[in-house]
Amino acid sequence: MSPLTVKIQDTFVEPACERNRSKDPETRKKGCSKPLTPGAAAGGCAFDGAKVVLQPITDVAHLVHAPLACEGNSWDNRGTASSGPTLWRTSFTTDLTELDVVMGNSERKLLKAIGEIKEAYAPPAIFVYATCVTSLIGDDIEAVCKRATEKFGLPVVPINAPGFVGSKNLGNKLAGEALLDHVIGTVEPNDAGPYDINILGEFNLSGEFWLVKPLLDKLGIRVRACIPGDARYRQIASSHRARAAMMVCSTALINLARKMEERWQIPFFEGSFYGITATSEALRRIADLLVKNGADAELLDRTDTLIAEEEAIAWKKVEAYRPRLEGKRVLINTGGVKSWSLVHALMEIGMEIVGTSVKKSTAEDKERIKQMLKDEHHMFESMAPHELYAMLSEHRADIMLSGGRTQFIALKAKTPWLDINQERHHPYAGYDGTVELVRQIDLAIHNPIWSEVREPPPWEHDPAVAEELPSTQGGTASVAPSKSRRHNVADFAE
Amino acid sequence: MVRIYPQTKSAAINPLKSSQPLGAALAFLGVDGAIPLFHGSQGCTSFALVLCVRHFKETVPLQTTAMDEVATVLGGAGHLEEAILNLKTRTNAKLIGICTTALVETRAEDFSRQIANIKMMRAEELAGTQIVLANTPDFDGSLEEGWAKAVAAMIQGLTRRGQQPCKPKKVAILPGWHLTVADIEHLREMVESFGLKPVILPDVSNSLDGTVPDRWMRTTYGGTSIEDIEELGTTVRCIAVGEHMRRPAELLQKLTGVPYISFQSLTGLKNVDQFVSLLSEISGVPVPAKIHRYRAQLQDALLDGHFHFAGKKIAIAAEPDQLYQLATFFTGLGAEINAAVTTTGSSKILEKVPTESLQIGDLGDFEDLAGGADLLVTHSHGRQAAERLGIPLLRVGFPIFDRLGSQHKLTVLYQGTRNLIFEAANILQANRHTPAPEILDPVWKQGNAT
Repeated sequence: MSPLTVKIQDTFVEPACERNRSKDPETRKKGCSKPLTPGAAAGGCAFDGAKVVLQPITDVAHLVHAPLACEGNSWDNRGTASSGPTLWRTSFTTDLTELDVVMGNSERKLLKAIGEIKEAYAPPAIFVYATCVTSLIGDDIEAVCKRATEKFGLPVVPINAPGFVGSKNLGNKLAGEALLDHVIGTVEPNDAGPYDINILGEFNLSGEFWLVKPLLDKLGIRVRACIPGDARYRQIASSHRARAAMMVCSTALINLARKMEERWQIPFFEGSFYGITATSEALRRIADLLVKNGADAELLDRTDTLIAEEEAIAWKKVEAYRPRLEGKRVLINTGGVKSWSLVHALMEIGMEIVGTSVKKSTAEDKERIKQMLKDEHHMFESMAPHELYAMLSEHRADIMLSGGRTQFIALKAKTPWLDINQERHHPYAGYDGTVELVRQIDLAIHNPIWSEVREPPPWEHDPAVAEELPSTQGGTASVAPSKSRRHNVADFAE
Repeated sequence: MVRIYPQTKSAAINPLKSSQPLGAALAFLGVDGAIPLFHGSQGCTSFALVLCVRHFKETVPLQTTAMDEVATVLGGAGHLEEAILNLKTRTNAKLIGICTTALVETRAEDFSRQIANIKMMRAEELAGTQIVLANTPDFDGSLEEGWAKAVAAMIQGLTRRGQQPCKPKKVAILPGWHLTVADIEHLREMVESFGLKPVILPDVSNSLDGTVPDRWMRTTYGGTSIEDIEELGTTVRCIAVGEHMRRPAELLQKLTGVPYISFQSLTGLKNVDQFVSLLSEISGVPVPAKIHRYRAQLQDALLDGHFHFAGKKIAIAAEPDQLYQLATFFTGLGAEINAAVTTTGSSKILEKVPTESLQIGDLGDFEDLAGGADLLVTHSHGRQAAERLGIPLLRVGFPIFDRLGSQHKLTVLYQGTRNLIFEAANILQANRHTPAPEILDPVWKQGNAT
């Protein structure tokens, strides 16, 4: 087995993953992603997944070793935010031509490309992504990266997750493996302390982690590394000295959390910053783990005080929306965020959840959702576009929360829609973020356009409309009954 | 004479190009009842799909053969067949347009033979669905070439061959990819105003024009009909717009004898005059009064607008034909092109771009060359360069994901030229430097010149 195959098998048997534990050994080996159906598949590839996880590291140069499409069709497309460096938004690719591929020139081109980037940008590290074509032609990016590290004197990290090895989720995990193999633990911090934590699987979309970080600051808790949102290379490289970790998006980086616990004794828990209660719960558990690992026990009291204050303010703000949102029906269609914590937040103010996707949820998540919804029929793995369209056009939901991929299904069905995935423009994490989410839902549902776009033109109403219209003298402005208004092309023929 | 500099860097920085299969997919999207199928891994399709959706703000039908590692190594014929049959059952598309990607082209199987086999073995199941193949590896060409290849593939695969009795009022129009939905619509109206019947291939004006259909569509709705493509041989003349459409036009001529005429650009007064004269000649109809009026309006816009362009430095990064279209437009108003970057060196049109030097490259090169320009002209990815250089950006081409209505902007014929003048002039006006003593001070300037 090639080293990559070994890695992939390794992620498939991840013991910390609920889903894996529930499987027998044979099915476990096959991984989680179902085999794709040609002509009926959707979703990204492993390379996509790896890049999603690593690209938010802001000061690293991300170099994609591939023909144009892998990077050219996908760069600068995510809404994560940086508090400083902008290099992560600059796109680098070897843009292989036919000549490079045929002449076997691609490894040399890669090495040269690394040199050019080092020369022009002097980043703290360069991440090199393998892709389908460069794997197929046998490029050994591990060897090139090793050589480049020696030659140029900076860490050059191979990210070996070519698209065709599997799903986006597998790519997420392979990215975590790459950090474990090449980055984490390579820099020893000189300021490690008992209040240091890591946040794993937080992407800082629209800067939303900045709605949470000040709360941690206030408690004296230091974020050693937030991986990957707004991260710097050195923070990740020295993240092995944190005392506790919170795992935000469990399906993406569970292997990273588990192995960091194993190697460096960093205990972790799974939590979410979506929703008021979930945020409080997360803060409490962070404090709890830190205290167990050597922090002063008074942290627990301070945390409780902070939570009480923040919750009171947030609930008051959210409650103001109840009259406008109570009883409104929400369809949640995303694998990207923790659906259960969203579900909880919305139900608190009396909204009704008429459906939620659980495609990327763990068994534990599903159990929680089931308890909250009281009706498991409202959970679905995934919904085909035409089913979604049918549901929305029959007005079986007042709003859909989803990602950009299904945005136009909602809009074509003339249904309010709110982006809760990676391209969204509003931060939804923490107490303030929850208030913002509720505000955005309110704005979406009550926008005045809905009553306009849903109405047919007046001349397609019943014949009675003809009488309602102001008629001019002699009755020349009469409107024909709807049946005869349906014309065909022949009507216009001369 | 323009000097063309080839790319010499190993690391492309901020790509200008969109991939070749994406261009082919866009062309297939201009056919009624069609669905493009990427022969590659699901990521190839997913990236292209997301980009198209961000650009058009529409659901876009685009599918994948979902090649995995094993199929790539052992051969993808099975995946191709399964995908075609699945699409047939699920969507009953009238046209499946296959765009190969770098992944499958690297292994270089004989795709056209595979498809011929599939068509033969599955003739009954696939009745009513046409299948067309465009070989479009990402490691070659760009958006423009992918589009042209798909159009050529449709003519090759669908158009009835041989000389046919022609309908004297019917003309074929093969527009380049860079014409917007509004351009195509306007072009059609112009041709129709001469009593001619245009067959436009591809015709995105019906399929990607942003309407709200009353049911869920699994394929394109609107666009060129298959029958019209089959009967292209009955047209009296073919008009190709953009140098990249010359090949498909030549092919049509070779297969059916329909003579073609190629317009390198339909922007700018003289180009449009020639186009209008041609329509008048083909139809035998004098130029309608309405068109005289449009022409006069453009004359007026040129008079009003030229002040804002004279002596201005314009930096353009675009695919070859669009680069030519825009560079000639700006120089036609008295501006100069201080930086020109394009995606591929294979187009003959590049020699005609009115600039001293031209770089085959990316937006990294563009940013290096464009310093000192008054206006940057490229797609949405130019936004980072615009920000860093502090120069305003006119968004053109593909992708435009951070502005609405890109497909409804008119850029060709008298009215499109007028709109371009207004849009660019307004950006230039909005960014005019207010006079200040320190900027105008002749003594300071002399001191700094030495």
